[in-house]
Amino acid sequence: MSSATKDEKDLIQVHHATVRFAGDSGDGMQLVGSQFADISSLAGNAIRTLPDFPSEIRAPTGTLAGVSGFQLCFADEDVTTPGDAPYVLVAMNPAALKVNVRDIEPGGIIVVNEDEFNAKNLQKAGYASNPLEDSSLSAFRVIPVAMTRLNDEATRESGLPKSQAARCRNFFALGLMLWLYDRPVQPLLEWLIKKFYKTPAVMAANAASLRAGYNYANTAELFRIHFHIAPAKLPKGRYRRLTGNEAAALGCVAAAHRAARPLVYASYPITPASEILHELSNHKEFDVRVIQAEDEIAACCAAIGASFGGAIGITGTSGPGLALKTEAIGLAVMTELPLVVIDVQRAGPSTGMPTKTEQADLLMSLFGRPGESPAVVLAAATPADCFHIAFEAVRLATKYMTPVLVLSDSFLANSAEPFAIPDPDELPDLRIVLPPAASGFAPYARNPETLARPWAAPGTPGMEHRIGGLEKEDVTGMVTYDAANHRKMVGLRQQKIAGIANDIPPAQVHGPASGKLLVVGWGSTHGAIAAAVRQLQAEGKPVSRVHLRYINPLPRNLGEVFSGFETILVLENNLGQLKTLLCSQFKGDIRACNKVEGRPFLIREVRAAIEEII
Amino acid sequence: MTTGLPITPAADGPAADCVRELTRKDFQTPQEVRWCPGCGDFAILAQVQKLLPSLGIPRSQFVFVSGIGCSSRFPYYVNTYGFHTIHGRAPAVATGVKCANPDLSVWVVTGDGDSLSIGTNHLIHCLRRNVDVKILLFNNRIYGLTKGQYSPTSEFGKKTKSSPLGTIEQPIRPIQMALAAEATFVARTLASDTVHLSATLAAAAKHRGAAFVEILQNCRVFNDGAFDEMGSRGDVDLRIELVHGKPLRFGVNGAKGIIQKNLEPSVVDLSSDPASEANLLVHDQRASSPALASLLADLEPPDFPLTIGVFRDLERPTYDGLLQTQIASAVAQRGQGDLRKLLNAGTTWEVD
Ligand code: SF4
Repeated sequence: MSSATKDEKDLIQVHHATVRFAGDSGDGMQLVGSQFADISSLAGNAIRTLPDFPSEIRAPTGTLAGVSGFQLCFADEDVTTPGDAPYVLVAMNPAALKVNVRDIEPGGIIVVNEDEFNAKNLQKAGYASNPLEDSSLSAFRVIPVAMTRLNDEATRESGLPKSQAARCRNFFALGLMLWLYDRPVQPLLEWLIKKFYKTPAVMAANAASLRAGYNYANTAELFRIHFHIAPAKLPKGRYRRLTGNEAAALGCVAAAHRAARPLVYASYPITPASEILHELSNHKEFDVRVIQAEDEIAACCAAIGASFGGAIGITGTSGPGLALKTEAIGLAVMTELPLVVIDVQRAGPSTGMPTKTEQADLLMSLFGRPGESPAVVLAAATPADCFHIAFEAVRLATKYMTPVLVLSDSFLANSAEPFAIPDPDELPDLRIVLPPAASGFAPYARNPETLARPWAAPGTPGMEHRIGGLEKEDVTGMVTYDAANHRKMVGLRQQKIAGIANDIPPAQVHGPASGKLLVVGWGSTHGAIAAAVRQLQAEGKPVSRVHLRYINPLPRNLGEVFSGFETILVLENNLGQLKTLLCSQFKGDIRACNKVEGRPFLIREVRAAIEEII
Repeated sequence: MTTGLPITPAADGPAADCVRELTRKDFQTPQEVRWCPGCGDFAILAQVQKLLPSLGIPRSQFVFVSGIGCSSRFPYYVNTYGFHTIHGRAPAVATGVKCANPDLSVWVVTGDGDSLSIGTNHLIHCLRRNVDVKILLFNNRIYGLTKGQYSPTSEFGKKTKSSPLGTIEQPIRPIQMALAAEATFVARTLASDTVHLSATLAAAAKHRGAAFVEILQNCRVFNDGAFDEMGSRGDVDLRIELVHGKPLRFGVNGAKGIIQKNLEPSVVDLSSDPASEANLLVHDQRASSPALASLLADLEPPDFPLTIGVFRDLERPTYDGLLQTQIASAVAQRGQGDLRKLLNAGTTWEVD
């Protein structure tokens, strides 16, 4: 319990909460948002977070374009999305209020820094009249707090110049929220000490502001009630919070480590994949060799060259970059080299909306290459799953000597959730043992089980050979245009990928194995679908769900799973790409629910789509 | 430093090919050579196959990477590791190979269409990064494989299948471009001049860092005779060999020379003007400024002789070397990567 003086009657138990911090990009919303997330995690809650960065790098202060937000959903039950609608909004200025007010749950709480609601800021935000004074916010409980002034007072003793002390306001807001959700202040004070031990004045000012915010909420009777959320029943283990991009980067490092090979990550900066490049650039002690290439094509080619050279070659990008890598991925298909291509999808076509999410690169990943060019396609379901999918991609790429495309998206890339830290020794061993050089090494002699050709890297005596984009003779790898051979090789390449279905887990149905409706999702739609289906199941509705992490090949039991249901509903953030694929392979009543707005599905949208059918 | 690559040793013991002296034959493959009879590529292949065994490098350590075009068939004919990639991208693939295993001797074979048109970008960046690869650019000033369109090095006004009225494009100058990219080794030679070719290839092989060699190569079918007059059997007034530290002289008995005034080069006839000998330009391939090399690369018939030889040869840190240095220093600072530590970094919490 965080406060001895608290009136216990006022403390309400709730199961979950969604809070959004919003302010100017200079207001430190990301920092306090993630600190609040850490505190909630430490308190044992399940949690999902999602930052909302302004798309312009340095938008003028106080403007709508400069608003930065951080939303988190935390609960005593499993949390699979950052929340449909915030119950609490913290708005540090009029622009932050204006941008975010439309998302707030009716009846929700809006905490504003009233000191910033002056004529100049109201005008910058495009408010004709002060929303704190007119009736426009009557659907909400508005709690104006003079944060600027209260923070000034609280930090006066810290020794920081006033202008610098003013920047501690975010900690005042955080203090308010800690009280509102019955969180202890102590762990944050400890964090401040660790973080700012070199600048004691900054530490003191932030700590003072944090405490002042907490105490103000407690004593000023701002809120009539406050909330407590009990710990969730998460599986046992050690956790940390990771975004999808961080998880993907760690998955790459872990896989290369378990393969006992250097990782060569070649990439060209592109939103929203660049964090993978940044993250990997920081792990050189793992023999991670990062090449920031001159373009997307070069990045893919360098990764292929690295794979040929015996390293784990990976490239990362987003849709426009994937389009450019097309020809090179075809080369990896033809030369049967391991390659992992991570596509953090964003809204397209063309430059589209680089910071917004979408799932519209699915068919490009599957078919967007000249010729019959099969490749493995995987899709991460959650931020933490990006770790496992990246690891799995390396496993399949090296075992089957094939390019593997990994689909993530802007939503997964930026949102964060608890990652159950695996024991590295229990991760699969990815070492590939090359058969000893017999006389007459043949570069296209296949492993009868996997159909993979040998990965004989340059430097291996006795296995000198040539590969390339021209069609190769089966076994010998000699260049040939022979018709029968081409037919055979096209078949072999296809068969090799199809055979991977025997090496991946079958599709798992959540809910009854047969019935009226099966909801099918892939990628980041997992969270909203899982939550909606769970709610409806709890209400006794006849709905089950299946989530696809493997798109090519599909799980081998999928047809059987589908046959148990009257209707299949495919939800995706595109115009029906997975649905098209499924319709081409399975019979039945397969329907689509699509959202292409640059935003992920909300739980209530998924519910509505399901309820329309059942 | 070692590369950490898990190389399984061959069954018949370590590097069988190291034990005995390698010969040219060791670098020939059973793949039938498919160039047109009389193509300049044959001479280059022969010189490379002769050079490789002399370098003291095991056969399995060589990698030939190429793009697309007649020249890019090259790796199929050299019995080492080879990778025939896609159009224009060989320098990027080679960069990946070299970064994966810096111990390899990596060679790029490319053409004027491959590396000066579709793949110019990669060539420039490979050179500026100073990746330790040897780049052999076969320049025949024509598209051969696609049957005779003008290339980015074709002379202005050249009539080809795709330019029946003559091209309206200024050609790109490969040496100038390599110098502008701050390449550390830049040379030009002729496929038809075996002696000069083999010496130039040997110099490139010795260089540590990106070595760029433009090889003027005759396309027998679509641009025959393009370099005949500058060849070893051509007009001695139309070629000048660069020799480090030596004045620029050419012609019969070296009777002519090159001087410059205000960076404007001109030809002097030493037989009628012996006093000019003192003013002759002296070649310095180690000059850190590319200015002199650039001036020399500009010289071209008909007003000047064509310059061949090594324009530039400098020691600078290589990309792959620096990459390894950074990794070594990260290991020295943080210790060998510990996966458990990495996974458990940052704020963590226990659920029990
Ligand atoms: S087309 Fe020209 S360059 Fe190509 S192989 Fe024939 S002669 Fe050589």
